[in-house]
Amino acid sequence: MDTISLKLFQGIGRYGVLLALLALILFGWLRYDNFLGAFNVLSVLRYNSMFALVALGMCFVIITGGIDLSVGSTAALSSVAAALLSPYGVLPGLLGGLAAGLAVGACNALIITRLNILPFITTLATMLAASGCALLLAENQSVSVSYESGFTELGQGDFLGFPIPAWIALAAYLLGSLVLNLTSFGRTVLAIGGNEDAARLMGLPANKVKALVYLASGGLSGLAGVILAAQFGAGQPIEGVGWELFAIAAVVVGGTLLTGGVGSVGSTLAGVLLLGLIFNILNFENGLGWISLSAYWQSVIRGAFLLLVVAIQARLSMRTEEAA
Amino acid sequence: MAPLLTMHGIDKRFAGIPALRGAELLVERGEVHALIGQNGAGKSSMIKILTGYHRKDAGEILFDGDAVEFSSPQEAQRAGISTIYQEINLVPYRSVTENICLGREKRRFGLLDWSAMHAEARALLARFNIDVDVHRSLMVYPTAVQQMVAIARAIGFEAKLVVMDEPTSSLDEREVEVLFDVIRQLKASGVSVIFVSHKLDELYAVCDRVTVMRDGRTVQVAPMDQLSRLDLVTSMLGRELTQVLQEPRDAPLSEGDGCKPVLKVQNLAVGRKVRDVSFEVHSGEIVGLAGLLGAGRTESALAVYGAERPDSGTITFAGRENAIAAPSDAIRAGIGFCSEDRKLEGIIPDMSVRENLTLALMPQLARRGIVDEVRSREIVDRFIKRLGIRCSGPEQRIRELSGGNQQKVLLARWLCMNPKLLILDEPTRGIDVGAKAEILSLIRELAGQGLGVLMISSELEEVVEAASRIFVLRDGHTVAELTGDAVTEQTVMDAMAHGHDSAREAAHV
Amino acid sequence: MSETATTLSTEHRASRVDTRILLTRHGAWIALVLLILVNLAITPNFATWQTLNVNLTQVCTIVIVGVGMTLVIATGGIDLSVGALMAIAGALAPLIFLGKLFPLPHPAIGIALAFVIPVLATGALGWFNGWLVTHLRIQPIISTLVLFIAGRGIAQVFTNGNLQVFNLPSFQFIGLGRVFGIPFQAILMITIVGIAAWMLRRTVFGRQILAIGGNERAARLAGVPVASVKQRVYLISGLLSGVAGLIVIARNSAADANLVGLGMELDAIAAVAVGGTLLTGGRATVVGTLVGALIIQLVRYTLLANGVPDAAALVAKAAIIVLAVWLQRQSHR
Repeated sequence: MDTISLKLFQGIGRYGVLLALLALILFGWLRYDNFLGAFNVLSVLRYNSMFALVALGMCFVIITGGIDLSVGSTAALSSVAAALLSPYGVLPGLLGGLAAGLAVGACNALIITRLNILPFITTLATMLAASGCALLLAENQSVSVSYESGFTELGQGDFLGFPIPAWIALAAYLLGSLVLNLTSFGRTVLAIGGNEDAARLMGLPANKVKALVYLASGGLSGLAGVILAAQFGAGQPIEGVGWELFAIAAVVVGGTLLTGGVGSVGSTLAGVLLLGLIFNILNFENGLGWISLSAYWQSVIRGAFLLLVVAIQARLSMRTEEAA
Repeated sequence: MAPLLTMHGIDKRFAGIPALRGAELLVERGEVHALIGQNGAGKSSMIKILTGYHRKDAGEILFDGDAVEFSSPQEAQRAGISTIYQEINLVPYRSVTENICLGREKRRFGLLDWSAMHAEARALLARFNIDVDVHRSLMVYPTAVQQMVAIARAIGFEAKLVVMDEPTSSLDEREVEVLFDVIRQLKASGVSVIFVSHKLDELYAVCDRVTVMRDGRTVQVAPMDQLSRLDLVTSMLGRELTQVLQEPRDAPLSEGDGCKPVLKVQNLAVGRKVRDVSFEVHSGEIVGLAGLLGAGRTESALAVYGAERPDSGTITFAGRENAIAAPSDAIRAGIGFCSEDRKLEGIIPDMSVRENLTLALMPQLARRGIVDEVRSREIVDRFIKRLGIRCSGPEQRIRELSGGNQQKVLLARWLCMNPKLLILDEPTRGIDVGAKAEILSLIRELAGQGLGVLMISSELEEVVEAASRIFVLRDGHTVAELTGDAVTEQTVMDAMAHGHDSAREAAHV
Repeated sequence: MSETATTLSTEHRASRVDTRILLTRHGAWIALVLLILVNLAITPNFATWQTLNVNLTQVCTIVIVGVGMTLVIATGGIDLSVGALMAIAGALAPLIFLGKLFPLPHPAIGIALAFVIPVLATGALGWFNGWLVTHLRIQPIISTLVLFIAGRGIAQVFTNGNLQVFNLPSFQFIGLGRVFGIPFQAILMITIVGIAAWMLRRTVFGRQILAIGGNERAARLAGVPVASVKQRVYLISGLLSGVAGLIVIARNSAADANLVGLGMELDAIAAVAVGGTLLTGGRATVVGTLVGALIIQLVRYTLLANGVPDAAALVAKAAIIVLAVWLQRQSHR
């Protein structure tokens, strides 16, 4: 393959999303008065930190060549678990939600690595199961969190003037980036996605690494669920529908190949923010009063955006193939 | 001193069918041990059991004095067994360094130490005399380099035993020599090597002793120099080898007798690999395309077949110029194509012999889109009989057949269409000696009946034997056309590697 | 399962009686029979027309969409957009027969167009999915994710998110009508399953679908028109999703773009998987998809009829999916 176009391809995959994000921010800053005002920035970050956490787990899973459809309902289950435990304090709520997420992740890991069932099907099943468990736990309704224990701080509080959920997401992304680039675990994740059989024959602990990746995805979804409960003051058994596909879209927009083997943590974050900002800008646009687009346009625009990104990616990779 | 490795009484069944029945393998310290046998004799199963990829059903394995049973390649590697597999098993997207160092990364303060790993990768590759930028993705390098990287990786583990399963299948002669040097170095440092290959020359060049397997059993163990080639082949096949390997060549087609070529390719250029290629095939003759890896043989053939788009030049088939834009056009015009990669581009593993055989014919077998099952069965039965395809019946899944029989099914896929031209890319790759001879004589028979055959093969002996005319490609150019008595291994080789040019090309690879 | 699996790999082994193989290959049928027997034993009023019709109508849309999904999966693809396409068809049809889109010369024409246009529209969107997959070479899961995300939004924009209520028996026949006491939608479903099963086994198109799923490169080199076959498969999936969307709104006497077809992609994939179609492509059974959908439905029915909450039935459904695919893997070793 031609090196220059390969580099170009990888470069655009890596930085294209950042450029697009900057362009979108610039557009918003020029067009709307309070776009970069503290209130708007912080609320965008606060709201999207949940998706960021879910997308981070998804990013690792997709790099191994897998997929995790259960993240949304796992988050819902965790939000219920966290809400139920919130009267006992911040820590029990946090740990309860996390544990619920890890439990679903562990189920995924076991089924995928022990029973050798495709991730798509496995996580489709656990998605249903987690959703069922959430409804059972919550008895088919939202569960209010306790406002006395300080649990809601996890979603609504600030630390050093910055939303706590955003701190959590930031820490997770720093850790994720470190793990992917500077540990042998991270390199094995990339190798498995590039060619799982080869990785196995190379003597890499493919099953163990895959199991850990699904466990991590479950844990991160659990964390997102905790933030969900804390932010909206209730455990929501029917939330999380479509989160998995949103997360996949964010990861793909970030330039991670769905076939696995190539991916970046930072670009995933940019992908999340990009998709999140589309909603934000839509609100501002309506606020200007020139046009009035219903909220339903949000998904249409997101879909169109995803189409645009993958079409560009496809074009580029076809170019590189032809050059080879 | 006790041998390094003893495998004793190994049994293994796959889905109830025995693959190994009490097989034996004994490897001394510091020896290069050849493991040979026909396809399906059990070599690969033996190796995969040794390296923990499969579990054995019975028997025992002693390695370095201990009874072992590895449950994963990882465990085997930790115990000191490194393996290079036939298909290159590396991760194409990742850098050369990662491919060499994955699984034994160097760390500093708990994190990866990239500069140390790059240095180690460079040091290992230096033994192979190849110039590689270790930072770049593996996929930008040609197959031969990837194979070298795989070997470097295996050696980097400081193993006591290195297993090489057909390591030379993608290497040219010079690279094979380099590999042999490395093997000799390993041996000198006390490392043992198990060497699997179909190429007898290589075995004699580098191996000390040989174990011959047949039908899942070990049938002979002997020092290499005490067995003649005929002995080896005989014991692999389990029968006396008749003169299948040396049939007289067909008389070359007389030139200028007015018969028009069925295929004429002029000044073809495709991408980077094919610059200026010209050749022609007449009905009823076997034409060989010879050349080193990367000379542009396969790409030229794919262009004829419509699977690659030519940049310039003319391809005239059956009197029509440049009329083929896709494989379906080629098939309709009467061209068949057997790919060099049976598994990836030939068989549809989960489909039956019948469905694989009739895949290309199907549109013709159908009326208004509905397949005529009766005719389909008739045709399949006829070809199974005619080509001697060994299978339990037309409904057996093709993945369960041996390589040679799969290849026959693929040949039949085209023969049942009555093609005018058959393109065979490495028709005998990975096929055992017996099936090889059968397929070659079948090809000859078909040409005798008027079929034009374009044959690409890296085994010079084979092309020289079968073809009445050979076009030699080098660096994407046709450099020689040899006919009649001029077709000898020597002349082809001379044309393939011509003075300074060949040195440049070798250095380039 | 092998009865309808179209690669015919078992005949030569049929002589060997092996209970494990029997169990794994015919697991879906055995499970269905067992479920029926269990229900006959424990569920009151099980052996009635009423029960049959309830269960059939419950699976109808899943199976109709599942047939398209089976074909897509057989080529090695997937179609996540089916639910969104149902919503689009469901939103379009009332707009047409209520005359909101364009004036109608005659109500009958409105009803005819309300059948034709939505299905053609979803067919066109399916074609678009196929175009992304074949021409831009975008992986199916991403190609169809585009319409999964945008499609429902399009339907909601059409209707502004409003519920459209109607009462139009001639249109609603597709969802509520009965022929000899059998729901028309069940007849439609059986017909579609029958045609698709026959097509997969007997036609060149069917074989080509399986060949592509089995080994795309080899199929291409053997002259199979890969792009055109895939394109048609996604088109079929789109058309069938449209039909299913119409059935849903006819049944409900209302079209709600927020809810029509919600989660359908997962239900359909689950039915396909439980039915014994190989999710990696190359081996497919349309009848199996029907059986798979019936199993999932019957388990849910059994649990509900015996007082287990719906949420627990979800967990059971998850277990069935994993179990079915696991058994399928065992037989494939």
